[in-house]
Amino acid sequence: MTDHALTDAGGTLSGPNNLRSIATDLSSDQRAFKNVPWGKAMMWIFLLSDTFVFSCFLIAYMTARMSTTVPWPNPSEVFALTIAGTTLPLILIAIMTFVLISSSGTMAMAVNFGYRRDRRKTAILMMLTALLGAAFVGMQAFEWTKLIHEGVRPWGNPWGAAQFGSSFFMITGFHGTHVSIGVIFLLIVARKVWRGDYDTERRGFFTSRKGNYEAVEIMGLYWHFVDLVWVFIFAFFYLW
Amino acid sequence: MVDVPLGPAGLVPPAEVEDVELYHPHSWVTKYVFSQDAKVIAIQYSATALAVGLIALVLSWLMRLQLGFPGVFSFIDANAYYQFITMHGMMMVVYVLTALFLGGFGNYLIPLMVGARDMVFPYANMLSFWLYLLAVLVLVASFFAPGGPTGAGWTLYPPQAITSGTPGGQDWGIILMLVSLMIFIIGFTMGGLNYVVTVLQGRARGMTLMRMPLTVWGIFTASVMALLAFPALFVGAVMMLFDRVLGTSFFMPAMVEMGQQTDRNGGSPLLFQHLFWFFGHPEVYIVALPAFGIVSDLISTHARRNVFGYRMMVWAILAIGGLSFIVWAHHMYVSGMNPYFGFFFATTTLIIAVPTAIKVYNWVLTLWRGDIHLTVPMLFALAFIVTFLNGGLTGLFLGNVVVDVPLSDTMFVVAHFHMVMGVAPILVIFGAIYHWYPKVTGRMLNDTLGKLHFWVTFLGAYAIFFPMHYLGLIGMPRRYHDVADFAFIPASAHTLNAFITVVALIVGAVQLVFLFNLIWSLRHGREAGGNPWRATTLEWQTPTTPPPHGNWGNETPVVYRWAYDYSVPGAKEDFLPQNHPPIAPATAGAAP
Repeated sequence: MTDHALTDAGGTLSGPNNLRSIATDLSSDQRAFKNVPWGKAMMWIFLLSDTFVFSCFLIAYMTARMSTTVPWPNPSEVFALTIAGTTLPLILIAIMTFVLISSSGTMAMAVNFGYRRDRRKTAILMMLTALLGAAFVGMQAFEWTKLIHEGVRPWGNPWGAAQFGSSFFMITGFHGTHVSIGVIFLLIVARKVWRGDYDTERRGFFTSRKGNYEAVEIMGLYWHFVDLVWVFIFAFFYLW
Repeated sequence: MVDVPLGPAGLVPPAEVEDVELYHPHSWVTKYVFSQDAKVIAIQYSATALAVGLIALVLSWLMRLQLGFPGVFSFIDANAYYQFITMHGMMMVVYVLTALFLGGFGNYLIPLMVGARDMVFPYANMLSFWLYLLAVLVLVASFFAPGGPTGAGWTLYPPQAITSGTPGGQDWGIILMLVSLMIFIIGFTMGGLNYVVTVLQGRARGMTLMRMPLTVWGIFTASVMALLAFPALFVGAVMMLFDRVLGTSFFMPAMVEMGQQTDRNGGSPLLFQHLFWFFGHPEVYIVALPAFGIVSDLISTHARRNVFGYRMMVWAILAIGGLSFIVWAHHMYVSGMNPYFGFFFATTTLIIAVPTAIKVYNWVLTLWRGDIHLTVPMLFALAFIVTFLNGGLTGLFLGNVVVDVPLSDTMFVVAHFHMVMGVAPILVIFGAIYHWYPKVTGRMLNDTLGKLHFWVTFLGAYAIFFPMHYLGLIGMPRRYHDVADFAFIPASAHTLNAFITVVALIVGAVQLVFLFNLIWSLRHGREAGGNPWRATTLEWQTPTTPPPHGNWGNETPVVYRWAYDYSVPGAKEDFLPQNHPPIAPATAGAAP
């Protein structure tokens, strides 16, 4: 991309002109956000939109939880596992959260190596991220199976409000879908990095456009977002 | 008018964005069917939306036949009537207006008006149309599904939307409706991201945000709003689909259905209303803001005068966009929500009148002492201002809780929202089609047919919806299948209903004249040339008309001025295109 200095509005960054120069920068020539490639801008705006989706899901769940006539099941009992005779509340969720947050770390490293054009390390770290993501989805599948065996259904459960199961399957399902899609795209981008598509400017199969290493960062944005959403789900669904 | 800080290179700032490499279609199919060219996609969107509009128009005819002549048409029973209402409303609001303004005009005008070669991600743009088409097909399929389409009312309020008394509630109707909405939203997101990013990051050199035509501002703001408002509808649709298919109780309270206690309990029907209107109110402005923008450009062009208060127009668009997210519960004054909410939402609703009034004043001031050409697009634009003002004023009535409560669910509401978000945006759509058709096809639409179309549509719309205000005030309820036998409805109201129906049939029929004009002019219209309206904006400055794939030939345009340099003193012509270099470099081009 072109040199930032050429398009600098020349305003000072201190004093009362500060806001004005921000506005001038934003509304200036060609691009509102300088040096932000199209794909990255698009991903940010998509994530903003997706934030609204998850917010609506979580707010709807909270409304349902408050409006039910039957008591809500206690999450720390429902999500407890008995391992070697000790019952540990939320142990599986804790491990899942740890795995997902670790995967954000590996993703950040992948982005870093991507910008250094270190193909091998980038691809390995992305595949590691995908592996951790897949492990997360696997544990979620285990959790779903366990709850289903205990009689939890979208329309009812043995312990209380039916909306518990409905919200649980809907929200974790929607988040799990996001993680799964992320894993698939991580693998696709990792393959492209590994093969050197972004160095040889090989064209995309569908879009027939040349890709570049920004794809790694865009993938990273998505992955961190999915991770962040999980933190809110963890806080509002499991800890409340 | 707007100062742009220039780079050291001089008047023309250096390009920040490399010229994009376009996808070159190899076959007829990739050129016209699975096309990645925003202009072809725009035409596909528009044609589909117009086809859906025709279906919705026929549905409105059928409803009017029942209301005007109750009992005469035996095939319109109560179930059919509710199905017509539901499909007419949902089709018009989402599948016609939203799709036409954003998918149609957005796709055609954004790249041309900001001087881009195409949308930033043409492939996603193409998928956007095909998902839209799929959504339309799923929706139309519900006419042929067992039990017919859903008759839940276009707002799809639970619990009745999914109970057995409602047509389609326990059949396929509601499922197909919800699935279609979800597909539409996913498809729209792909397009909407394109529109927003193209405006933000893909403009031509010299095209600063404050030089963009107001059309682009309107479509841009509406796209951002749609990206933030549709998620609420998406979530509502997912949850209702689960309620219907999986037997969850998100929206279902404990209730008795057909004399039987259902096995649902604890859900909140109000929750759906909140989700729906958190989408539904911004949706009004998703439709209105592009109309505002287009009308500003039409008025300016056809009155040969710069838009009055351009900056205020932009800020008003943004203010309306922002405010529209905090007014949604004014649709719910009688829903049983906490009455104190009414105070807050009535206040925010009335505040919206301020930026809206700024826009109306500015349109009028743009016309003031202008060189007004009463062309067909201009007639439609002027009609829009009157109609929108009209609908907006009744909005002030309905925004107040105490006035709204008696008027709720009467024909007054029907008249209000049809004026403000039915007729008004449709008038703009017609005006815009008459205005931009020469760019799309290279030929003018027939003027005489256009004027016939305009006068019948405009006067007819008033003949239809003006009396409805009165019907509402005397208490005629809306969404009633048969109003023949109510003692409180006077005989005069029935006469009026019959009158409205006859006018509605005429206004509907005159749209066929418009369709004929569209098709006939394609071959027989007068040659338009590149810039028949002598307009300033970039889309009229393309090297060839209709613009080819890539729009601009070898070089993308460089923009030197805002979009409204009409009747500039000292200029040779009465308009200066946006890519016209400064006329007096010594003064206009002085380095800052």
